[in-house]
Formats: sequence, structure tokens, C-alpha cells
Amino acid sequence: MIAWQLARQQLLSSWRSGEVRVLLFALVLAVAAMTSVGFFADRIQNALARQGGQLLGGDLAVISDQPLPASYSEKARELNLRIATTLEFPSMAMHGEQSQLADIKAVSATYPLLGQMKISDQPYGAERIAEGVPQAGEVWIEPRLAGMLDLKIGDMLMLGERELRVASILQQDPARGGNMFNIAPRLMMNADDVASTNLVQYGSRVRYRLLLAGEPDALTRYRDAVKPMLQRGTRIEDVQDARPEIRSALDKARQFLGLASMASVILSMVAMSLAALRFARRHLDTCALMRCFGASQSLILRVFLLQALMLGLLGSVVGSAIGYSGQEVLARLAGSLFLEQLPLPGWVPAMSGLLAGMATMLGVMLPHLLRLRDVPALRILRRDLGEQSAVSWLAWMPGVIVMLALVFLSARDAKLGGIVLGGLAALALVAGMVALGLGRVLRRVSAAAGGVWRIGMASVLRRPGASIAQVAGFSLGLMAMALLTLVRGDLMHNWQSTLPPDAPNRFVINILPEQIPSIRDFFRKENLAVPEIFPMIRGRLVEINGKPLDTSRYVDARARRLAEREFNLSIADVMQQDNKIVEGRWWRDDERGQPLLSLEEGIAKTLELHLGDRLTYDIAGERITLTIQSLRKVEWDTMRANFFAVTPPGVLEKHPSSSIMSFHLAAGREDVLNRLVRNFSNLTVVDIEAVLSQVRAIMDRMALAIQFVFAFCMLAGLAVLYAALAATRDERTDEVALLRVFGASRQQVRAAILAEFAGIGLLAGIVAAIGAEATASLVSLQVLHIPYSFSPLVGLATICGGLLLVPLAAWLGLRRIVDTPPRQVLLSV
Amino acid sequence: MISDSNQNIEIEAANLSKHVTSSEGELAILSDFSCAIHAGETVAVTGTSGSGKSTLLGLLAGLDVPSAGTVTFRGQNLADLNEDGRAALRGRHMGFVFQSFQLLPSLTAFENVLLPLELAGISGAKERATHALERVGLTARLRHYPRQLSGGEQQRVAIARAFAPQPAVLFADEPTGNLDAATGSRIVELLFNLNAEAGTTLVLVTHDATLAQRCKRRLQLEGGRLQP
Repeated sequence: MIAWQLARQQLLSSWRSGEVRVLLFALVLAVAAMTSVGFFADRIQNALARQGGQLLGGDLAVISDQPLPASYSEKARELNLRIATTLEFPSMAMHGEQSQLADIKAVSATYPLLGQMKISDQPYGAERIAEGVPQAGEVWIEPRLAGMLDLKIGDMLMLGERELRVASILQQDPARGGNMFNIAPRLMMNADDVASTNLVQYGSRVRYRLLLAGEPDALTRYRDAVKPMLQRGTRIEDVQDARPEIRSALDKARQFLGLASMASVILSMVAMSLAALRFARRHLDTCALMRCFGASQSLILRVFLLQALMLGLLGSVVGSAIGYSGQEVLARLAGSLFLEQLPLPGWVPAMSGLLAGMATMLGVMLPHLLRLRDVPALRILRRDLGEQSAVSWLAWMPGVIVMLALVFLSARDAKLGGIVLGGLAALALVAGMVALGLGRVLRRVSAAAGGVWRIGMASVLRRPGASIAQVAGFSLGLMAMALLTLVRGDLMHNWQSTLPPDAPNRFVINILPEQIPSIRDFFRKENLAVPEIFPMIRGRLVEINGKPLDTSRYVDARARRLAEREFNLSIADVMQQDNKIVEGRWWRDDERGQPLLSLEEGIAKTLELHLGDRLTYDIAGERITLTIQSLRKVEWDTMRANFFAVTPPGVLEKHPSSSIMSFHLAAGREDVLNRLVRNFSNLTVVDIEAVLSQVRAIMDRMALAIQFVFAFCMLAGLAVLYAALAATRDERTDEVALLRVFGASRQQVRAAILAEFAGIGLLAGIVAAIGAEATASLVSLQVLHIPYSFSPLVGLATICGGLLLVPLAAWLGLRRIVDTPPRQVLLSV
Repeated sequence: MISDSNQNIEIEAANLSKHVTSSEGELAILSDFSCAIHAGETVAVTGTSGSGKSTLLGLLAGLDVPSAGTVTFRGQNLADLNEDGRAALRGRHMGFVFQSFQLLPSLTAFENVLLPLELAGISGAKERATHALERVGLTARLRHYPRQLSGGEQQRVAIARAFAPQPAVLFADEPTGNLDAATGSRIVELLFNLNAEAGTTLVLVTHDATLAQRCKRRLQLEGGRLQP
């Protein structure tokens, strides 16, 4: 009771006198950062996954080559998931005398579950968003099919036994998907018309899809429930399985958000530790006096524990509230897209914010509370007692455990968490050691230096513990900010270079060898850059190291599919720029004509192939054995033509081949395509502009989200700097007053303060710059798998930031004291 | 157990010594000090700076432990008590006035006086605190923080705080050391008047000979030794 009364009274008084505000502010910031970045990152992840889901037409798809049993849909309805069904099969479409192989997609009325289809009245005409799907008896066709069959709106075409009316030109189907090199132009029809075409019969090559959309929980439950009943030939895909380029971008965004959220947790906890240090120092006298007046150690512990709990509760509630509104503001700022059908964060994240806040407060405060408990009563007569008392390392453990738990929870990636924590721990250690070592140097320098420098340096030397804590605090704050700046830069640069504005948006396949010179001429005449043309030879893998290929040895269905389908082999003298050798080496000039092979590392891993393995391909009935000489890493998200298997020149030329080329066609020049197809009627043009725009839109959104989260972390970094300054503010106030009493001019005092903090800031800046560059390179290379570019500018900015910002902030904080008459300062001390 | 001894001795120090180890070897701050202080007695401990006055006060009040010798309070050897035991003893029986006032800056005048009362679990603490501040003439300053008070006013709050729990012994360490002469003499008047009214045993540490004169007995320390 007495403990409660004292705690309440002291806390109220401390509140009124402003003592606990720094600590509370740091806690509010910690909880707000944790919750808002956490909430926001979650919502963005959901939003991104959902936007990615548009590329699939839903959040999940069950895909099968046989009609799906009704139980799949029933289970979905049970879980309140929305469903749509599609059937896809190739078939000839006919108009008059002309016929063309088309990729037929029959859709149910609810398609698409996510995203929108766009249609127009003429090829490449003004687009509008489609309402619903084609009516029964009608079809929507892609511009290419319209060109090939000379179709316009209102014409009738034959599909199997059924005549159907062309109602619209299909400009964009969000879930275009599929293997872009083998696609025939698409024709979309109503699922109810399929039976009347009589095209789907036993043995037909039909792909059935059941699309699902709904709450993430329900989707997970659906996946878990359905997985065990999947038959051979049936699989579940989400967007990450379906689109590797989107998956790669999503993963990187998620990792960056994790990094940012983790950085804000670490920064806030550092700010709190510094504030707790100040809180404890300010209460040493209170404890000594209480001991003098008869308070037991346990009573002191209880009084301060209660204060910590009350502060923790208040800070957590306020922080959670700010975090909640903060993420809402962030989400709104980031664009209406992110608010689309998103479930609002519920009570669970708010409660976890509360728990995390309390755990953080207690973890951070425990060592200081134990220190306060142990303050001797004699301090009342001897002021030096209790200042430097050490606490067992065990007391720091709960704080460390809380920090580790929160960091790994927010990073959602053990490797990322490990790297950043390791970097920070090493930095703290180095900063501490440098600060200690520098103390010796400073002692010599200050002995030789005059006036204000000596006073400034003496301040650093007099409080070695506080100075080390301050240098470490400043370093951590600066390093986290520099680290995020560097990694963000790398990520943005990587994304921009992945999909530059002139990324190829059209692929042309089926180019015959004899057509290549005239196609090059065609491009020259059209004033377009002549595209690179790659030969493509189709072959089936039949033997590995002399043994017939047995696909049943692959447990993974994807591996089986990959092994069974035809490979596109290509020929290259020099390696493509966006490829990288990861094992073995590219061929030399004298190795031309030798049966060598360079394989993409992913497929090599899936098919369990290694350097030196001999692969026998069946190419149009002829067998050829090639030895794997190198494994390549291929950036699939660049959207350029790339090949799993490449041979040197002089090996495959005698086999029948066709070529593929990709090029960028600026908007408004679509007429070129019509002329190209008219001149070379056997060519198939694949338009991936729509897919590219979708991928770009997703990356833009992610870039924006990352900027916002980045800004939030910068705030947390500033809070650390502030707390580090506030940590020794009281002593500095005394010193300033004393210097002023002894006749130091304001300029002299200002110079002394600036000298001290410039020293600390410079040191912190150097340590932070080195630490940030080292950690950023690890994060970029090991976690995000993007190239790391050493950035001397960011390093320099960090050092200058330390050298200029730290003294400036210190000066702003102490300016009032310096400008106040000394008598008043002394009274207020 | 604490009991009144036959001689009515409140505090007894026997062969008290305090040494500290420094870089220049062992330093004796107090050597072989013995004395007995009776209930209601006023004792001044005088001496120059560094003579060991404050160290003696710390040992007598149980704030510190001696290197050798014993301190007994009402027959209880302080060395037999642990830190918390000595704290409880101080809370029940001792009051303090310090040179630097030692008010908690985050508490108001009223709350500063209330603190020892609440720690001792004394009933009617608030009324007693208000009354104590009335006695030192600070009724109008109850809600003021130390930084809003003059030095004299701060020391008056400290005196109110010391007397409010009605301690058996009051330890005062240079109570006028931080005050000007006029304010100092008013504070001394107040201290001695309240002490006389309450019949408290007073141990006053001072280097001021005039102030020491106001006490019944004077103990002179020099180089850590009691002068005859």
C-alpha cells in the first residue's frame, strides 16, 4: 500500500516536473514504431499479395488437368471464400475461310475475383473496365486474334460446333499468366457455352482452375484442408508460385519492411535504455534519502517497479493508439490501393503492442531498478556513492531477450535478424572500445590544447561510462539511419534497373532462320532499334549420364513437370549481360563446336544436376549429348528472353530451329505490329505490355511504402540521438552554470559544448559509417540477393551528420541554459 | 532488542574507527572514538574540514559501518543489524537535517515532509506534515517545489521534515553551512526551539563555534581523534 502510494505520488511529481517525459516519450515512440510499422507492414504485405493475386485472378488457385470434384468448391463455401472457375484449352477458331489456333478461356460469372478486365471496341482502341464476363453466345478476343482472323465487333466466329458473336476486344485479362512463349492469342467465352461447342471431351488438353479469394486465415485453412486430398495432376498455387518475378519483388519488399521495422525496434529500445539511464541517475538521491528515512531495499524496488509498470502501461496505451492511427495515416498516404478490401488491424495487434511495450519497459528498466535498490544511504553524505555501481550481467538479460524476441518477430527472417543484430552488437563493442581508447588520446590532446577545447574534452573524459554510452547511442542511431539509406538505395536501384522504361514489352516467336535478315531490315525501315535475335531449338531430355531419364524419381511435382516438358535450347557465343556464372566457367573461343552446356542454376537444383553431368537431348528424333560446363544465375524478373540451357556456337546449328526476339515498342506505335505480322505471316507476337505495367505498378507501390516506413525509422533514429543527448543533460547544466559563474562568456561556453559534441559526433559518425557499409553489404548480398554498391557519399554524409548534427542538437538543447543568468541556473539545479 | 538503559544512554560509540584505502595506502578518517550520548542531550561535534565530523555522524546514524568498534542505539548494536534493519531503525527513531537541504526536487514542500512519515507508516501523516510546515512558517508554500523556494525556506522544509515523525534523535550536519548569517541564525533559532519543545536528542555537526555554544556538550575532533 505504502509502495503504491509512494510510487503514485513520485510519478505524479516527476511528471509535473517533467523528469519522466524523455523515458515516456521513448517508450511511446518504441511502441508506436513497433505497432505502426508492424501494422503497416502487415497491411502492405496483404495488399501487395492481393495485388499480386490479381495476376492469378484470385488469392489461391487449385489447378488440375481433370474436372475438379465438387468437394473443392464446397470446402471453399464452408470457409466463406469467394470462388470462380475457369477452363483453358487450345482450339482452332474460324472466321470464314481463315482459321487460327487460339487459347480458349471459359470463365464463370464471378471471374476475376481480384483485379479487373479491360475491353475495347476495336484493337488497341480506348479501353474501359469490363463489367462481368462475356454473355452466353458471345466472346471477347485479343487484338492479335482480331488481326489474324480479320474480325471486328459484331462478327460471328466458329468455335467447335458453335457459332459465337464477337462482343468486345479483350485488352487486358489480369490473370493472363501462362508460358508467354507458347501462347496463342486468347479468346474468352462464357463457361456455360463450353458444352455446346463439344470441344471438351475425354482426353482433351484442358486446364481446370478453381480460383479462391477471401480472408488470409480462411485461405490458410483451405490450403491445409485441401492439400491432403490433392490427386496426381492437381496442385494449389498462390501468386508466389505462379509468378517468379513478382515473388522476387514481393520477397525483397517484405525483407526491407522487416529490416525497417526491426531497426525501429532496436532504435527505440536504445532510446529507452538511454532515457532509463537518466531516470535512474535522477533518482539516486531519492533512493538514498528514502534509505536514510528507513525504507527497506524491497520497498524501494517495489516503489520503482510500480512506477515502471505505470509508465509502461501509459506509454504502451498511448504508443499503441498512435501506432494504430499512424499506420492508418501511412496507409492513406500510400494510396487508396492499400485500403482496398483490407481487413483493419484488430485487437490482437493492439494487445501485442501493449504486451511488447510492457515487456520492453520492464526489460530495459530492470538493471536500473536493481541499481536504485542498491543505493547506499550514505550517499546522502558522500555524493559519489551509487553513481557507478555495477549490476550483475544477469540483470541485463531480460532486456536483451525482449530485444532479441522483438527483433526476430519484426524481421520475420532469421538470417536478416542475425546479420543486423550481429552488425549492431559488433558496432556497440567497437564504439565502446574506440571511446575508451580515444579517452587516452584525448587526455594527451586536452593537456596540450588550450581553453575551451580542454574544458570540452575534460567533459568527455570525466564521464567515461556516460561518454561510451553516448558514443554508442549516437553511433547506433546514425548507423541504423545510414544502413536503411544504403539498403533502400540498393533496392530502388535494383528495381529500376530490373524494369527500365525501355524494357522489352513484345516477344516475337517462330522466326525462321532465313527470315532473320529481312526482319532486321524491317526494324531499320521502321526506325526501331534492331532487336537481338536468339535461336531456339526444342529438345526433350532423355538421358542423364547415360541412364534413361526416370521422372518418377522426382518427388516434387514441379520437377517432374519440368523434366517431362520440352526444353528450349539456345546458342550463345557470349553470355547475356544479366546472367552470372555461379559454378564452372563460360566457354573459351577454342571450345566452340564442343558439346558443352551452360545450365540455369535453379533448374539444375530442381532436377538434381551437377557440373560435369552429361545430358542427352532428343531433338527432332536425333540425339545429342552435352556436358554441363557451367551453372548460371538468371534474373528472371528482367523480363528479357532467357534460356535454361545454352550451348556454344557450332553444336546445334544443324538441328531445326526457330528464333525468338524481344523488343520495346513505345505506346502509340502498335501499328508496327500489324505490318510485321502482315509481312511475316508465320510470326507470333506476344504482347506482355499489360503484364509489365502490372509488375511496374506493384513495384511503384512497394517503393512508396518503403519510403514511408523509411521516414518513420528516421524519426526513431532522431529519438535515439535526442535521448543520448538528454542522458547527460543534467550534469551539463551544472557545468554550464559553473562556467558562467566563473566568468566564461557565452561564446566560450558555446565553444566548449560544441567542441565536446563535435568530438563525440565525429567518433560516432566514423563508427556508424563503417558499421552501416559493412552491414548493408551483408544485407544486400546475403538476404536481398541484390548487388551492393559501396556508397562513399552515404558514408561521408553519416560522418558529417555526426560531426554537425550532434553538436547542433546539443547546442539547441542547452542554448536556453547558456542564455539564462547564472544565478537562475544555479537555483534551478 | 532496544531498551532504555539504566543511564538513559541513547547512543554509545566504543573505540570507533574508520579507515579507507586509497592509492597512497590506508587513510584513517576516524580513530578510536568513544562517547555516550544521553536522551534529550544536545551535543555539538566540532572540528575543521576533514577532521572526520561527517564520518562520525554517518557512523552514529547507521548510515555507514565502522572499520572497528561498535555503535549501540538504546542498547542495540548497529553491527548486528543488516542494511534494512538499520534503515528501519532510522525510520522509527532518527531525523536528519543536512547542509545541502537534501530535498527531493521532484516533490513539493508538503510531499517532502510527508515522505518519512509515510515510510514509517505513521497514521495521520498528511495532517502531521501540514502541521510541521505550519510550525516552520511555510503554510503558504505547501505546494511549492524546492527550486521555487529560497535557501532558508528549503532548510525550513528540511527541519519540518526532520521533526514531523517526532524522532528520538536528530542528526544535523552543518545546518547553516549553505545560508547567509541572518538566515542561518533564524534557522538555528527554529531548530533549537523545536528541539527543546520535543525534547529530542540532538547531534549537531558544525565548524561554527557560536553555533556549537548553543549545545550542552561539545566534542572536538582533530585529525579523526577526539580532543580532550
